[in-house]
Amino acid sequence: MDKLILPYNHIQTAHCENGVATGLLKHHGLDFMTEPLMFGLGSGIFYIHIPFLMVNGGPAVSYRSMPGWIFSRASKLLGIKVNRRKFNSEKEAYDYLNKQIQLGNPVGCQVGVYNLPYFPAEYRFHFNAHNLVVYGKENGSYLVSDPVMETVTTLTEEDMLKVRFAKGPLAPKGHVYYPENVKPVSKEQLQKAIYKAIHRSAFDMLSIPGPIAGVDGINYTARQIRKWRDKLGPRKAGLYLGQIVRMQEEIGTGGGGFRFLYGAFLEQASEITGNQKLLSLSDEFTKAGDLWRASAINMGRIFKGRLNEQKDFLECADMLDNIAAIERAAFKELRKIKM
Amino acid sequence: MKKEDLPQDPSALVGVTREVCYVKDKDGKYTSDLSIGWDVKKQALDNAWEDINERITEAAAKVKSGEISPVFYFMEKKLMDLPLLSGYTGFWQWTIKRHFKPSVFKSLSQSRLQTYAKAFDISVDELKNFNG
Repeated sequence: MDKLILPYNHIQTAHCENGVATGLLKHHGLDFMTEPLMFGLGSGIFYIHIPFLMVNGGPAVSYRSMPGWIFSRASKLLGIKVNRRKFNSEKEAYDYLNKQIQLGNPVGCQVGVYNLPYFPAEYRFHFNAHNLVVYGKENGSYLVSDPVMETVTTLTEEDMLKVRFAKGPLAPKGHVYYPENVKPVSKEQLQKAIYKAIHRSAFDMLSIPGPIAGVDGINYTARQIRKWRDKLGPRKAGLYLGQIVRMQEEIGTGGGGFRFLYGAFLEQASEITGNQKLLSLSDEFTKAGDLWRASAINMGRIFKGRLNEQKDFLECADMLDNIAAIERAAFKELRKIKM
Repeated sequence: MKKEDLPQDPSALVGVTREVCYVKDKDGKYTSDLSIGWDVKKQALDNAWEDINERITEAAAKVKSGEISPVFYFMEKKLMDLPLLSGYTGFWQWTIKRHFKPSVFKSLSQSRLQTYAKAFDISVDELKNFNG
């Protein structure tokens, strides 16, 4: 296999999993798919603060659902099956990817970013849930469409194996996936899927028991922030806030970004379903996104060392409580929405 | 966020890519636009790196003073922790902790050194001869 370029259209998106899923479904004929629609149908919006778990020496918070769920949930609603394979043997994983390309099938790959040569060095942590599309091979290198990049790129065979077999939390184990059985989606089917997906997001954000997940999780983080300065000292407490901002606005997108994405989804959902209520609720998520960004600026003043009093931490916590209140009210409205 | 408010602050992305952000256009409709970075985010990332570099410098000093072995230094340098290094080497975490002791490190077999060197993406000589 010297040269094989499959006809795949590179798309750039805010978030890698949305990008791969959207790109692959478009490739299989679902032209109407957009990133916000994929994110909404996959019920990607979420919040969780996992206590006791540390990520890069800071608190573990996430602003979206588990890696892989967006594509799986959206596909299920549209009657599509996602074929997924993981491997114990590098050789098998290597052969399988090559075979898919030979079969003319562009596929999604889960990779670690630490060894991704085209990524900016500052962003190369041991984060294993990045996604990209492989759409061919040329001169011994894979042709790669990475949704966070503006243009397509390449990876050598050696680098590809390294990133596919990164170790640690969420280790990809050579994970390759692609949609199967993609049939045209009727307008009615899409409308139904939208309502179902909205209700599932409302459930995720409002009804998961315990204090750490969904909107409650945002309040949980606020409570933690109030304690940090006394418990950890000003310096470490500042670093922890930095981590929250970093998770919020990592490469691609984050807390603020995901809220805007959901706002964009509701706007499109309103167009598709004709439901005006969705359009007005879209504004609530724009408001939430703006507040997430304002809170990041506020936290920034602390970790830049300009402010570092307990009252500054309290102010950050209050902002998060305010965001939680807005999102809680919006999801309560969304929960009630009927077709 | 309005389109005209999208920050364009030079960041680590410059020369590599720009990122997609969802913003409101002048008619109040969602659209996407590209950004080269945002200061708040850049600062958070810079802070994280400052912290990491401090830890690496400390680790190097400890190797120099004979308190700890190069395995610890390279673990820090490659942004790893015990579970991650355990994943890459296949060694138990407590085994690795033992290898942090300079006396134990000196007696490591060639094959174990090789395993560490591979995990750290360096040569065995670099690993063995690192002295802070």
